[in-house]
Amino acid sequence: MSRAHAQSGTDTKQALVIVAHGSHLNPDSSAPTFDHADTIRESGAFDVVREAFWKEEPSIREVLRIVEADEVFVVPLFISEGYFTEQVIPRELRLDGWDVSTWESDGTSADYATYEAADIGSTVHYCGPVGTHDSMADVIIQRARSVTDDPAVGPGFGLAVVGHGTERNENSAKAIHYHADRIREQHDFDEVKALFMDESPEVDDIAEHFDSDDVVVVPLFVADGFHTQEDIPADMGLPTDGPGEYPVPGTVEDTRIWYSGAVGTEPLLADAILERASDAGAEISDAIERVRRSTRDRDVVVGKP
Amino acid sequence: MTIPQSHVAALRDAAESGVSFDGLSVTVDDETYTFATPDERHTGLSAADLADIAAANDAYVTNWHYWTRIDRTDSEQEFLRWLEHADELAVPERYDSLSEDGLTRLWGELSITTTLDAGKNEDGDGDQRRYSIRHEDDIGADHAELAVYHDPLDAREVAKHDDDGRYRPLKTAPTLQTGWAFTDLNGRALLRTIDFLYPATVHNWYLERHENLDVSHWRETAQRQTGIYDLIEELDGEQLEWLTEACCVDSQCLKRRQWDESADEPLDTPRGDGVFPCREPCSLVIAVARKLTLLEREQTHEYTFELTPSEKEQLETLIDTVADGHTEEIREADADNGANRYRARYLRAKRFDEHGQLSGAPTPDADTEN
Repeated sequence: MSRAHAQSGTDTKQALVIVAHGSHLNPDSSAPTFDHADTIRESGAFDVVREAFWKEEPSIREVLRIVEADEVFVVPLFISEGYFTEQVIPRELRLDGWDVSTWESDGTSADYATYEAADIGSTVHYCGPVGTHDSMADVIIQRARSVTDDPAVGPGFGLAVVGHGTERNENSAKAIHYHADRIREQHDFDEVKALFMDESPEVDDIAEHFDSDDVVVVPLFVADGFHTQEDIPADMGLPTDGPGEYPVPGTVEDTRIWYSGAVGTEPLLADAILERASDAGAEISDAIERVRRSTRDRDVVVGKP
Repeated sequence: MTIPQSHVAALRDAAESGVSFDGLSVTVDDETYTFATPDERHTGLSAADLADIAAANDAYVTNWHYWTRIDRTDSEQEFLRWLEHADELAVPERYDSLSEDGLTRLWGELSITTTLDAGKNEDGDGDQRRYSIRHEDDIGADHAELAVYHDPLDAREVAKHDDDGRYRPLKTAPTLQTGWAFTDLNGRALLRTIDFLYPATVHNWYLERHENLDVSHWRETAQRQTGIYDLIEELDGEQLEWLTEACCVDSQCLKRRQWDESADEPLDTPRGDGVFPCREPCSLVIAVARKLTLLEREQTHEYTFELTPSEKEQLETLIDTVADGHTEEIREADADNGANRYRARYLRAKRFDEHGQLSGAPTPDADTEN
């Protein structure tokens, strides 16, 4: 995009584009994307921050033309590598010559690849999904702290990291296991398990998977919707008064379940988005630290006690 | 009349390579300036003279400054100039209009007004234009009646639901809520606000004006699809006519459809009169097309119904009413209207059997899974 009328600014302009699924039906689907984008806007890390969606507007097809920048960092707000990150988003962005093998990923290790967008010629650093970044472990822990209102949550608690799981994409489960394994090694929860909606081990028998009396359940979903508000609470046997209306903690058999709702609504997730862009070469100086501070200080209300 | 000193300094600098913009001409030769507009011409000016003449012609000078000294993209520049009819109105005429009621353009359902606000900007930051946006249905409304915003990010919430609180999955549907205004915006904030209300419309309008709009027609769009959408390639030309008539006409979307079945196969469905173009089938059309593709796989069957002439007409009225989105408008006691709720309930009570089947005629199993 030329800037014929520019007189100022010879510095390289960098933009962040956060790509999410969005929804034709659910108005809340885009909310976490907008919230994290706003957090990053406030940090001043990028000249431009813009949201784009598969199902909403601006579409992934048209977002690059409205982002005025020399370098664009595209971060998919998706939980795992798979169909969307490997096929749909690169195709819709028109990344010229896209080849998924440039990520050299084992299913959870995609970092970034640099391409030119065929329609407008801008340089695009296309990042791996937010959900597989190492810093997501911190976001999950922060989610556990928020839902228990206990900054030291860990000892005496079990932690269930819950994914959708699908037989069609092995990476879907890999991402969940990856974070569960790292948290098990690095934190002091009594037990950490990866559980799934659509494959085993299933979240249905939550109490049977844990010896702990208290279990924090964090679903790895970007937005709250049918799966996180209705399916998973019902699968676990939490008493509910309608979508999203469940007790925190709720009791299933003799286990107290601290169900957090979608991890994607955790303010600290903005940090993982920034980390993705930083890994791809974005110059964002101390923005990561500032976002970490601001999102950790924020009061978070999770569920309805 | 005064203009910021920074404007005069910028004008002196620019004169070195010659200024020629919207009727203003300024040149310098051996430290002697020439200043001309369509109405007057001054030669042999010192720098001090130039400052005086510039102040006396402040409209021309601030206009030049606003349009040449602010960082904008080409599309932003062209759009903002279009808003104030810069290619049609000479500077004095334009400034008269801008400083009185302002100049207003419609953009979809948006009414966008440009005004002059030189008084607030003596610091020479270049924001001599202020912009405001409201729904075209609110053009006559007082500010006090409207929710007034100044932050472009608030436009996301405005765009999300219609006046009845229903979610709007299509930003350019003609269902933008009323009762709000964005005021006192600079050019950049205006463009960001529009970009949240009608994403990418300004840029695509600009591309089209320069004959650079990259249209993706139906066939190539369908061919690009994968996963659950790859089957939409099955829709034929006639079905595409029905699809575009269902989804893409002005009553459903304010974009003007520029795509066809292919570049060589135009669709007869009216393109619409919208000011901004639609360059490819959107995600909503693709999603609807998927469902219709599945339904179109079914074969027709013959059914035997008995309906009175009025009952047949009533079915037609019901479909028309739903298709045109008029169900809410039918009065409770308007028994003359076939889509009236009591009339519909009577028809159901009379003609449906206990399984909800019309005239008791069984529905054959669908031939396909949909």
